[in-house]
Amino acid sequence: MNELDQTKTGVRGINSTLQTLPANTNEKHWVVKNPKGQHNIAVGLSAPLQVEIQGHVGFYCGGMNQHSEITIHGHAGVGTAENMMSGIVWVKGNSSESAGATGNGGLLVIDGDASSRCGISMKGIDIVVGGSVGHMSAFMGQRGNLVVCGDAGDALGDSIYEARLYVKGKVASLGADCIEKEMRAEHIADLERLLKAAGRKEKPSDFKRYGSARKLYNFSVDHADAY
Amino acid sequence: MCGIVGLYLKNPKLKSKLGKMFKPMLIEMTNRGPDSAGVAIYRNPTKKSETKFSLAHNDANYDWKKIDVGLERALKCDCTIKKIGNHCILVTTAKEAAVVKWLKEHHREVRVVGSGHTIEIFKETGLPANVYDKFDLDNAAGTHIIGHTRMATESAVTTAGSHPFATGADLCLVHNGSLSNHNRLRETLRKEGMEFQTENDTEVAAAYMTHKLRTGSTLKEALESGLKDLDGFFTFLVGTADGFAVVRDPIACKHAVMAETDDWVAMATEYRAIAHLPGADDAKIWEPEPSKIYTWGHA
Repeated sequence: MNELDQTKTGVRGINSTLQTLPANTNEKHWVVKNPKGQHNIAVGLSAPLQVEIQGHVGFYCGGMNQHSEITIHGHAGVGTAENMMSGIVWVKGNSSESAGATGNGGLLVIDGDASSRCGISMKGIDIVVGGSVGHMSAFMGQRGNLVVCGDAGDALGDSIYEARLYVKGKVASLGADCIEKEMRAEHIADLERLLKAAGRKEKPSDFKRYGSARKLYNFSVDHADAY
Repeated sequence: MCGIVGLYLKNPKLKSKLGKMFKPMLIEMTNRGPDSAGVAIYRNPTKKSETKFSLAHNDANYDWKKIDVGLERALKCDCTIKKIGNHCILVTTAKEAAVVKWLKEHHREVRVVGSGHTIEIFKETGLPANVYDKFDLDNAAGTHIIGHTRMATESAVTTAGSHPFATGADLCLVHNGSLSNHNRLRETLRKEGMEFQTENDTEVAAAYMTHKLRTGSTLKEALESGLKDLDGFFTFLVGTADGFAVVRDPIACKHAVMAETDDWVAMATEYRAIAHLPGADDAKIWEPEPSKIYTWGHA
């Protein structure tokens, strides 16, 4: 196991080490100590590493990740795993605003709560939140799944495209063009897979599914009322 | 941008370390606001019969003695002064309104940046580290302190446009964000008799709060009506005589994080400012919800 101490190397020291490892590296397991809420820790990784961050991180941790499994043993700031392409980012605590923003792929797990705009403009990422999400989550979500084991704040899925939203608890309100949808067998299977991947015990049948009414993003004069 | 930070000590044994504990918090926010910085520290409460003023002058060598002597003679009161940087802490037995009136008539160049029984406000253009040193805050003792690092967007980089802004006796406001209806609101408040020193948007928010408090609102009511009347982005941190209050606009895109241990409560724009405090790793940490008013002490 290799160790990186943020207070000694700084964020650049951590990232330049992790970003330059080749895909076939034998040095796969890394521990980051004393993150101290600094931003951009472990961003832009492209090798299949396991990175354990011991403490709270600042903004954009795990952003643009490819192939790595990044675990944050603490809380995370704004934009955790933003624009992730593949791999896993796992937050053991809570995450602040815009978690998983614009994510293309991979899995983001937040054991605690996420804040507002979780999954904003998601493009294929899967996000599983053990707690609740704040307002405007999955805003303009295009693809991927957002699973919320707690409650969702106001305007869930506003102006949503084809992202799928599963919420177990209460939804404060749905955003424009977001509606509750039927849970079919394929959705139950999908949700089961996601919950399992995130180590959750919830039953898929306890969730409701939400998605696009598809009235807003294909302009039709007949739907003018929805705008 | 801008950074805001606040520290409230629950454990009175830490009082003597307030300035030392707060310094890295403010300095960590330098890259959110390198234009100017300011703090409001709550310390050395005066007697009930006295008022404490924080005064500022552009000239660091300004002769504050003439204010001391002039006030004593004109208002038949006792005064003590302490010069700190280009600021001066004036404690007087005179009535607050009479002092403000006298200063305006005789020394217009002296700015009143705060008043009350415990509050002291210091603010200046320049890097937060320089500002902190200038006002000798390293060794400052006190119960609580709030600070601001400014990256100017809505108005010029000047000392007068720096935060905190006073909003009444022992009250002050720091702001991260920008208000879009400050021009209109300034005009409305001017008609109500409020006066303005700058074109700054936060000064309008401060005047709005001052006006609400003067016309009978509690701090909580003033903040609640602020949520309706102030249009724009804001996270506000309000310092009060014995605590502080935090409120975010309904969209809440200006960051804020809070943390609490048995020894202290801290608020910051980003957690990295709080990370310097002893016990921060194990503190209870959460994000204030939009449109919700959080208070410590009897705010």
